[in-house]
Amino acid sequence: MRSPHDIARSAHDPAGAPITAYLLTNASPLGGAPTDVLLADGRIAAVGPALRAPDDDAVVLDAAGLVLLPGLVDLHTHLREPGREDAETVETGTRAAALGGYTAVHAMANTTPVADTAGVVEQVWRLGRDAGWVDVYPVGAVTVGLGGERLAELGAMAASAARVRVFSDDGHCVDDPVVMRRALEYVKAFDGVVAQHAQEPRLTEGAQMHEGVVSAEIGLAGWPAVAEEAIVARDVLLAGHVGSRLHVLHVSTAGSVEIVRWAKARGIDVTAEVTPHHLLLTDELARGYDPVFKVNPPLRTAADVEALRAGLADGTIDTVGTDHAPHAREDKDCEWAAALSGMTGLETALSVVQATMVDTGRLTWADVARVMSTAPAQVGRVADRQGRPIAVGEPANLVLVDPSARRVVDPQRQATQSVNSPYRGMELPGAVVATFLRGRATVLEGRLVEGGHA
Amino acid sequence: MRHLLSAKDLSHDEAVLVLDTAAQMAATQSREIKKLPTLRGRTVINLFFEDSTRTRISFETAAKRLSADVINFTAKGSSVSKGESLKDTALTLRAMGADAVVVRHQASGAPHRLAHAGWIDSAVVNAGDGTHQHPTQALLDAFTLRRHLRDGRGDLAGLHVTIVGDVLHSRVARSNVDLLTTLGARVTLVAPPTLLPVGVEAWPCGVSFHMDDALAQGPDAVMMLRVQRERMSSQGGGFFPSGVEYSRLYGLDARRLAALPDHAIVMHPGPMNRGLEISADAADCDRSVIVEQVSNGVAVRMAVLYLLLAGSPDALATSQADDEARALA
Repeated sequence: MRSPHDIARSAHDPAGAPITAYLLTNASPLGGAPTDVLLADGRIAAVGPALRAPDDDAVVLDAAGLVLLPGLVDLHTHLREPGREDAETVETGTRAAALGGYTAVHAMANTTPVADTAGVVEQVWRLGRDAGWVDVYPVGAVTVGLGGERLAELGAMAASAARVRVFSDDGHCVDDPVVMRRALEYVKAFDGVVAQHAQEPRLTEGAQMHEGVVSAEIGLAGWPAVAEEAIVARDVLLAGHVGSRLHVLHVSTAGSVEIVRWAKARGIDVTAEVTPHHLLLTDELARGYDPVFKVNPPLRTAADVEALRAGLADGTIDTVGTDHAPHAREDKDCEWAAALSGMTGLETALSVVQATMVDTGRLTWADVARVMSTAPAQVGRVADRQGRPIAVGEPANLVLVDPSARRVVDPQRQATQSVNSPYRGMELPGAVVATFLRGRATVLEGRLVEGGHA
Repeated sequence: MRHLLSAKDLSHDEAVLVLDTAAQMAATQSREIKKLPTLRGRTVINLFFEDSTRTRISFETAAKRLSADVINFTAKGSSVSKGESLKDTALTLRAMGADAVVVRHQASGAPHRLAHAGWIDSAVVNAGDGTHQHPTQALLDAFTLRRHLRDGRGDLAGLHVTIVGDVLHSRVARSNVDLLTTLGARVTLVAPPTLLPVGVEAWPCGVSFHMDDALAQGPDAVMMLRVQRERMSSQGGGFFPSGVEYSRLYGLDARRLAALPDHAIVMHPGPMNRGLEISADAADCDRSVIVEQVSNGVAVRMAVLYLLLAGSPDALATSQADDEARALA
């Protein structure tokens, strides 16, 4: 048996046999009673007290005090490749994902070229497979070129090797009600879902930040809450009318939470997402005009933050999606109006959820597994592989979290290629200790395991 | 005072100090030789990303009267559209050794970024940023109010100033609400609801949609804001139906002029749209101080540059400033 101190060396050893077995001792699955968990041959081989490793090559990890969760699944990642490899690549973005505890990410379609054909989604899917840090599921664009006018070949993307099930023009709203209706209907043929970026375009022309007391004072053009809520209201009614699935991306206002709650009560098949940053940060941060806090939808008020936390706690909001949006330095090192919107988030999401939801007593770790793994896997229709229970025979996609750790966020030390983290210098709770993708450690002792995969 | 970015940054005493200093500067400007040696060898760069000949020549005049070397840097366009980024422009200015940068920019917060992003070490004076602030305009307005209504001394306690027009897009309105209330005045904003920002209710001022009601309160001064005609078109946002309707409801015409108290003054930051927000009767009347605002602008900007570059707000009292103090006496 090898000690954890040998792990890094072993994992690096190209000549040695690949590690196939890990014994996690005294881990707390979903934050419950400690037990041992044995991973072998890519699966969970055994769960129970005082397990013994099957052979001397198994690595034993002392997981006392650590929470074991199913590997996290992000429905909302911008990997930027192809087109903006200066901001992020599939390789760097999925390294960040693994360090954040993820075993699967959905790569948004707003690349260059846009992921609106089978060719582009297959390219991204292959890049993800070759990188090997997490499963990469490409999201297909709803409309050609994100133009909002003509449906992209959704069927071809669904039937491609990338097996696309989530379609989104994220970054742009499918604002034409007829196009949105057609998309909602069309994807039913392959059990797809339309993930909407809810933003009424006319109400948000030139918008820079949440419209309210702060925008009035600091003179930045306002992005009113109603511009989101009007689209959410329209879309839930459309989804109800045609009997389709709808996923609302990055819900950011108290009013949107109310509308989704109402729609669910009416039996409409809608799911909703909140981002970590909307659970923690507010529009007050715009006062210093630092574009690291510029994001779309914008940071809202403390009352909105509270409504989002309540909505996530009571199940109105189903998933936490990072909206990880890396940007090249020059796109943030400028005046606010000239900056691009977006912030990185893969490596901080779990900590922010712990800080805002777990440490405040609003979610258990089992709930965290639901909103960050199980539910997003179901929305994305990858629940046969990801977001599985921690049980014998299941694929070993897992993350070990140390909830007692504290760390100060340093964007320079993150794996993402970009440094636009709004948490720079902030102390956050929790740390990912290890991540396993089909039984192989992608992260150990909080560090990437290089060369551990083909 | 390291920078002047917002009227909100000024305390009551700092604001009064600027006005007192401006009064001393103004006194020197009636002499035959207007030039003071104070900023000899210092470099002031006027960095204008937005056309504003009036503000630029006001700052240029102020700096030259203090014997500073003045460089005008007119950057057409910005990083929003094309051309050099604000950061690269700033690094260029640092390389040139600017002591102060006077910046006008169409993006709210651009002067704040210049001052705080670590790109330059110079003092930054905001000469108008987007729809945010224009602090020297508010200072010159306060100076003008004080001169006419408070005998040129102290603060503006007890005065009632009514500001009329496009508050939503106005950095002049924001700056004046902040500064005039800091100096003890009461401010009432008058505008159609479409030209008031959501969130204005948090401002330390009154708000009215009805100009005649506001004038019936007997303000000591009425400040008219410029309204861009483009704002009425659908592409411009469709903020009001027509120029005629705007003038009827919010224009300062002869009838409304007559309704003002005898001592009340009429102000406008310029440039005016005669016939839209202000009639010729009002613009050219005896109680109009619009042209005087321009000359006061030079004195106020001299004071700001002096206080920023010749030292702390206490600079006037230090030995280092003795020469200047004598020159001012």
